[in-house]
Formats: sequence, structure tokens, C-alpha cells
Amino acid sequence: AGSSIPSSVRKVSSSRITLNMCASSETSTSTGLRMEDVCEVGRKRTGNVIEGPVFVVGDNIDTDQIIPAEYLTLVPSVPEEYAKLGTYAMIGLPDKLYKTRYIDPEDTNEKGICRTKYPIIIAGDNFGCGSSREHAPIAIGAAGGKVVIAESYARIFFRNCSATGELYPWETPERLVEKFSTGDLARVDFENECVVNVTTGKEYKLNPIGDVGPVVDAGGIFEFARRSGMIAKK
Amino acid sequence: ASPPAKQPMTLIEKVLAKGANKSFVKPGDNIWVNVDVLMTHDVCGPGTIGVFKREFGSDAKVFDKEKIVIIPDHYIFTADERANRNVDILREFCNEQNIKYFYDIQDRSDFKANPDYKGVCHIALAQEGHTRPGEILFGTDSHTCNAGAFGQFATGIGNTDAGFVMGTGKLLVKVPATMRFKFDGNMPDYMLAKDMILQTIGDIGVAGATYRTMEFAGDVMKQLSMEERMTLCNMAIEAGGKNGVIAADETTFEYLKGKTNRPYEVFHSDSNASFYYDKVYNIEELEPVVAKPHSPDNLDLARNCRDIKTDRVYIGSCTGGKSEDFIAAARILQGQKVSVPTFLVPATQKVYDDVQTIRVNGQTLAEIFKEAGCIDPASPSCAACLGGPKDTFARLNEALTCVSTTNRNFPGRMGSKEGSVFLA
Repeated sequence: AGSSIPSSVRKVSSSRITLNMCASSETSTSTGLRMEDVCEVGRKRTGNVIEGPVFVVGDNIDTDQIIPAEYLTLVPSVPEEYAKLGTYAMIGLPDKLYKTRYIDPEDTNEKGICRTKYPIIIAGDNFGCGSSREHAPIAIGAAGGKVVIAESYARIFFRNCSATGELYPWETPERLVEKFSTGDLARVDFENECVVNVTTGKEYKLNPIGDVGPVVDAGGIFEFARRSGMIAKK
Repeated sequence: ASPPAKQPMTLIEKVLAKGANKSFVKPGDNIWVNVDVLMTHDVCGPGTIGVFKREFGSDAKVFDKEKIVIIPDHYIFTADERANRNVDILREFCNEQNIKYFYDIQDRSDFKANPDYKGVCHIALAQEGHTRPGEILFGTDSHTCNAGAFGQFATGIGNTDAGFVMGTGKLLVKVPATMRFKFDGNMPDYMLAKDMILQTIGDIGVAGATYRTMEFAGDVMKQLSMEERMTLCNMAIEAGGKNGVIAADETTFEYLKGKTNRPYEVFHSDSNASFYYDKVYNIEELEPVVAKPHSPDNLDLARNCRDIKTDRVYIGSCTGGKSEDFIAAARILQGQKVSVPTFLVPATQKVYDDVQTIRVNGQTLAEIFKEAGCIDPASPSCAACLGGPKDTFARLNEALTCVSTTNRNFPGRMGSKEGSVFLA
């Protein structure tokens, strides 16, 4: 049942390059991009408010719509590939239903990376259903997403949001997909646990984010565990 | 029937309690469990390795080199350079860590030239004896719940959680409540486990079992082979289920003989355990069903879909590409001709071999398929179930209607966003 790898197979010179891509998430060997150049995990909010335009989606948005399988060859721990993953966020949404896209190919920043205008997603039920792929919350986060406000989440997606620290997964007691339109400006208030549609002036309660909030604040489950003393510092 | 327990627990509660070294757990408890097996593949393995090295150090060693099973299976027979590089990354990590179970592939032009290569991870796990009653198995893939057919707790996790398990051998989990689905009666020959699970998902919806265990029970279970039980548990995730489970019995023990030496423990739900939901089906009142585009819960009777024009048929994946799935297909196709391009992708090398050797009424499955006009069986892998790189075998690259034995049919699942997939 086991497999011992014959020494003839070991390609020593190339092995360090490929493994190094995973070992050091600090620098991408080819472009010199560092993880902190492209990733905002641990720095998703500076105060008690996250404000910005919203992108509205419906129910049962599955992981294939969030990040189609053909892009899963990108390895999220490599800075250059992490950034590229972000450029494909939500690209699987059907064009007929979503004429305004989450990412506009024209929106490239000074580093030539394409990011979203919409830090906040408003969704219906069962957001993130389907696969266990962590690439889903990572793609949205890499694109510049910070908050999802949904009626409910699929289990693994919800868990991956906090494990990676990429997104604050808020829940609402009230269906908001008809109360917001893509492009409306929203203000998510972490202290008062509500979201305001600044464009319409209306305010909506959010379910308390509970223990998940501090984990995303810290930058994911490992960083949180280290800071709270659950596991030893690196 | 066993006497009422003082502190009754369901099957899954008992498995998790054992994993946490506790005598009793109840739904909602957050517990640390010891992990018996961690599985990863070519899509999520590199990312998981990245997390492991980043968090535990580039010289860190995995928690147990015999409890991690690494199975390349998703994007294997493709020219995509990144996909191929990802298998190289797995190989180098396995070398470095001395991982015992790595089912490697290097010669992509001929899968048979790779003695270690298996194919689709969930079926390989079962066939290679890594699935055992009473154990806890995590995999970086949503269909890890497939292994629940062996009376264990098995579920999918992301790269970060998997990286954590790689370093510590433990994971924090919340004990799920159990929903029980009993199927009673005598299984008619026109019904398959796939019909049972599509019916269940259609009845409760794609979020009907979110955060909960789906326990399958009733008279029909002992009439099901291990492969049929795997089909049932495989799609628990499509109802949002945390995991699926079927109590182990003689059929399970027989299957495991010769595959594993590790001792295992068999659990059953106590007769007075609490279930979140309890439903009984009479299998004799059910019919073959399909899930229409574009959701696994878009249920309809197969006979209602007779007149829908289809462009192709796909038989493959962990859900519907096992040996018995091909036997079922061969029974229907024997002596007939297919009307549309029919793609066959055996899940593993063993399944591929079975297709060449198993006989139905004197003919091998391969002979039956060839005579019927099917496309020759492809190299074992996940192939088009999830689309994949553009050159993937059988990928829907345009607006086609496909009837498929796979597990999901959301828009774009098999490739083109304009494709329509009927799950059968």
C-alpha cells in the first residue's frame, strides 16, 4: 500500500524551487512580490466601520460561481498567484443574471493588479455552498472583498472565512437582497452591529458576529491562536 | 435491539466522543478531536503545504507520516503547466517528509505506467483501506463525506484547517446534530442509491442538512453494497450536510478484509438517542429521479424528462464512476446503441481494470460499451466533473446539455456557464 520514491526520480535542483514556493510565502521568486503587497489579512478594518459600494447576489451562490475550478491551479500561498486568484473572483456568475460584474477588467491598480470596487457583498441564503475549496473566500478577499452579509452560509465556506481571516461573514435576520442594489454605498458598523444603506438612508440589524470577529481581526485562526496563547508563537 | 443507554448518543456523537477522549458529547459542543487520516490532492495539497510551512516552519515535520494520504487526482491528464507543477510540489513534500501513502503519477501519457497512481481520491481511500469504522477522517475536498459509508466521521475542510491538522494531528469541531433518513422495504432492481440521495436532497433542499450529520438507516442499508453506500454518503454535502454516515456491518467487514490491518471500532446510534429529524421512506414507492439544471435539489422523475434533448452523457466521478456504476450502465446498454456521445471515466485504476474484466451475460463491460458506441474509457481522474483546465477530457466547452452521474450541476460546473447538466 505504501510508496517509496526511488532516488532516480528526485530532481534535487528543481525540488527546492517548487517547495520554496510553498515554504516562503514572503517573496515570490520571479516577481519579488511579497504577501503583504497583495494580501490584507489581519488588516481588513482599522476602525469600527467598513464602508463602500455593495455587490448584490442571490441565493445558493456556489463555489464554482465564486471561483471556477479551472483557476484552482493557482496556489494561494504564492503572492503572485494569490493576486491572480483575486482577479477571477465571482467570474462564474452567469452573465445574463449579473450584467454588472464583480471585477471590471479596466480596474487595475498601480501594480497592474485587477481589484474589485465592492468591499461588501450582500447575499441571500446558503452563500458559498458546494466545494470545500478555500480558494473561494481567498479569491474574494484577494480582490479586495472584506465583508459578506448573507441570510445564511454553507458550513465549510463559513469556516474558511475565519480560518483564513479573509472575510467577515455577517448574518442578517432580514432578507436584504431586495433592500440593496449593486453600487449602493453601505456602512457596516461593528460596534452597533448593523449595516446602513447610505444611498437609501435605511438601517438594518445584523446578527452578532460572535467569536468569529476577533479571529478575522487577528488575521485567521493561526494568528488568533498564537495571540491568545492557544498555540506557541512562531 | 440494545437496552436504552443512560446517556444516549447517536453513532456520530460516539465517534466524535471517542476522538476527543470523552465519554459523552452532545450537539453544539466544541471539542478537539484526534485525526486518524488527513487526505489531500493536487488542487489543495500545495496550498495546504504552504500553510503548514508558513505556520510551523520550513523544517517542520508532519504530525504522523503514516496518517497523511496524498492522492493526485483532479487535474492530471492536462497540458496545463501549473497543474503539472502542483503534482511535483506534492512529490517533493512527500520525499522530504517520508510520507508513506503518496499515489504518484509521473508519466501522464500512460496512466498504467504509474504503478502507484490510483485516481479519484475518495474511491482510492476506500480501495486502499484508509476508511475504517469509528475513525475520524478529514480531506481537503467536499466529497470526503463519501467515507461515512464505513461508519466513520469524514468531512471536507479548507487548506488552513488542513495545514493545522498536518502540524498537530488535531482539529476543533462542533458536534453536529443527526438527521436520520430510514429507507425501508425491498430494493427494486430499477432503483440505485443515486436515486435515493437525489430524492433526499430534492426533499430537503441544498441547505436542508447544513451543519448536520445525515445518518442513513433502515432495511435497505443491508441490501446495499459498499459502493452503493458510498454513493449515498458522497452527496451529503449537496444537502449542506456536515457529513453522512451508515453503520458498519458484515458487508463493511467483508469489504475491509485484506485492505487494512488496523483494528477498528463499530458504533451504532442508541435506540433512545435524539435525532434532529427522522424521516422514513418506503423504497418501493420511489422511482428513478434526476436533478435538473442548475441545482442538485431541482428534483424531477426521470420519466418526466424523457423528451428533453441531450447532447452527451458522462459516466464518471467519485459519485458515479465506480465499478458498480459501470455495471449498472452496462446492463442497460448491452445490445443497444447510444444516441449521443457517451464519455466514460473510471474513477480509479482498479475500476478501469474492472471495466475490462467484469462480465455481464458473457461480455465484459468494455465490450458492451464498445459495441454500444461509447467513447473508449478515459484515464482515471476527476476529469470533467468540475470542468477543470480547458483541455480536460469531456469538459463542456460550449452550451451543451449533459446527463451526468456526477454530483453538482450549478452553472458552469462542468465548464461552460451556458452548459446544462442533469444529475442522474
